[in-house]
Amino acid sequence: MEKLFPKLQIIDENGEWNDETYRGEITEELTKELYTKMLRSRLFDRKGVNLQRQGRIGTYVPFEGQEASQIGSAMAMGEGDWMFPTYRDHAATMTFGHSLKTLFLYWKGRQEGCIPPEGKNIFPPAVPIASQLLHATGAAWAEKLKGTDRASIVYFGDGATSEGDFHEGLNFASVFNAPVIFFNQNNGFAISVPIEKQMKSKTIAQKAVAYEMEGVRLDGNDVFAVYFHTRTAVERARKGEGPTLIEAVTWRYGAHTTADDPSKYRNQEESTSRRETTDPILRLERFMKNENMWDEKWALDLQESLTSEIEAAVKEMEEAPAPHYNDVFDHVFAENPWPIESQKKAYAHSRGDR
Amino acid sequence: MTTAVDTKKLTMVQAVTDGMRVMMKEQENVIVLGEDVGQNGGVFRATDGLVAEFGDKRVIDTPLAESGIIGTSIGLAMNGFKPIAEMQFLGFIYPAFNQIMTHASRIRARTLGAFTVPMVIRAPFGAGVRAPEIHSDSVEALFTGMPGMKVVVPSNPYDAKGMLISAIEDPDPVLFLEPMRCYRSTKMDVPDGKYNVPLGKAARLQEGDDVTVFAYGAMIDVVMKAAKTAEGKGIKCDVIDLRSLYPLDKDMIAESVQKTGRAVIVHEAPGTGGLGETIMSLINDTSFLYMKAPIERVTGFDTPVPMFALEDHYLPSAERVVQAIEKVTQF
Repeated sequence: MEKLFPKLQIIDENGEWNDETYRGEITEELTKELYTKMLRSRLFDRKGVNLQRQGRIGTYVPFEGQEASQIGSAMAMGEGDWMFPTYRDHAATMTFGHSLKTLFLYWKGRQEGCIPPEGKNIFPPAVPIASQLLHATGAAWAEKLKGTDRASIVYFGDGATSEGDFHEGLNFASVFNAPVIFFNQNNGFAISVPIEKQMKSKTIAQKAVAYEMEGVRLDGNDVFAVYFHTRTAVERARKGEGPTLIEAVTWRYGAHTTADDPSKYRNQEESTSRRETTDPILRLERFMKNENMWDEKWALDLQESLTSEIEAAVKEMEEAPAPHYNDVFDHVFAENPWPIESQKKAYAHSRGDR
Repeated sequence: MTTAVDTKKLTMVQAVTDGMRVMMKEQENVIVLGEDVGQNGGVFRATDGLVAEFGDKRVIDTPLAESGIIGTSIGLAMNGFKPIAEMQFLGFIYPAFNQIMTHASRIRARTLGAFTVPMVIRAPFGAGVRAPEIHSDSVEALFTGMPGMKVVVPSNPYDAKGMLISAIEDPDPVLFLEPMRCYRSTKMDVPDGKYNVPLGKAARLQEGDDVTVFAYGAMIDVVMKAAKTAEGKGIKCDVIDLRSLYPLDKDMIAESVQKTGRAVIVHEAPGTGGLGETIMSLINDTSFLYMKAPIERVTGFDTPVPMFALEDHYLPSAERVVQAIEKVTQF
């Protein structure tokens, strides 16, 4: 199966060409755009971890190491398309247009963190596992019924492939030929459980075979491989050629969440050593150096401007006015039925607020 | 005559681990399965050390699939094992709802006892720990209303171990709910070895004649605080920790309200369809003519548990409980 589904790569770990098919399109402009987005998300992620440690937000879910997978795939989507992230996919959602402030608000336990920017079809993060595959299929199916050429992309991890909803999502998409990209980030661990315990299958991409759909396995730390192969899948979807299952093989350096201790279940030194070998951002830097696209001053200025953008978002998050408890009651239905209205009044009364 | 029993100071989560350990030592067919329960020792460390002690054939990291965990546990239970299945959070049990509702709870009834499901489903639950979305649901009433399931909730380390042992020994499926807020909130002397706290029995935590306050799980802390404030105002509360939500301890409930004539019921689950309604009908059935005031409920709202920036508003507070106590005593 590993032979049938080889791990596609365009640029290798040393930043050297492996596949030159897209050479003409890999311009300095595109490369710098991808680098910028990846660095932005990495700085955001580190800030998130720090804010949690300082008690300024709640539990945070880090994605460091998975930037190429999330950004390459999100870049392949277009205006009006749909995105269904999990709780680990803020690099994808910020690339697709989510504001950094909103993402921080989510981790501060604020309901506002679930609201997408005007005109952006970004669903709130799926917290249960694999349930979002069906939503993505439904939304894509709706676009097909409406006769548009819009598509959905849905994110999920290796563990999610064990859930029934994963299989139901793929099957529905296959049966109804829905324009969905099932974008799997295989980072090797579902919290503590390594993929060898999760499945006997050698690849995740091969699961597409059972549903008669395209399956693609790629190097999820090669942003070009992710971008171009996802783009191909999106083009196929837009043309009515059906869904695709993409397996992006990647790695999370850190914990499952800030409440998790990965040293309980894996060698963290080994994880850290990957920063020198397979890191997606370092790979792009190496590539840029090889191609004479790298400019030290540009990189430093970029780091500085991204840092101030993130600091500004933190400030906005922290200065957001406290939520009112009416938010607990007022959005369950379009109009409050009497039990909720009477509970709301009783609660206000108990606080002496009327 | 008393026999000296060695005890250890344990938190609730340690007491849960100890309960499993005791039963795994005693019975070869007791196994533990769930997500991250092996190497990682569970996301709350409830199964910490068990894989080292009993091996990975009895402490099993399963694939990530709640319906799969419960469905296979049913098969294991029907075929000689006593599975203790961990749901990582009660808020993630929903994919397994079908398996519990259509199979675990009714196989005995369907086969007139030819097949049974002696399994325990453990699940951390409840709000108040600043957990991410969906992790804080308190949906015990979905299961108390499910014919064929027993549902129990300890509120302290001693009960946690003794009730878990009873749940494992029970011949039928038991949903064993573990209030996250209580996991590490207090340490208590817990006897070494095996002891039982029977299922189906409530516990009186404080004796009083003026009003009965019913609660369970993490709400016990809240009502004990409220009872103390009430005492300062001259109101003596009979505080009952229900412990067993199905079946309820009808005798203790009736005996207490017949003494006090007043009741306040506290739970963090939504009011509509919550346990409070069942307790009110039980009081109606057993003690209607003893009551001196309408029963008050202090519950979560008919809303999803909000994200944690607002969860303190959602959760019943000692202040709201005191107000309810005053309302029924001043009626």
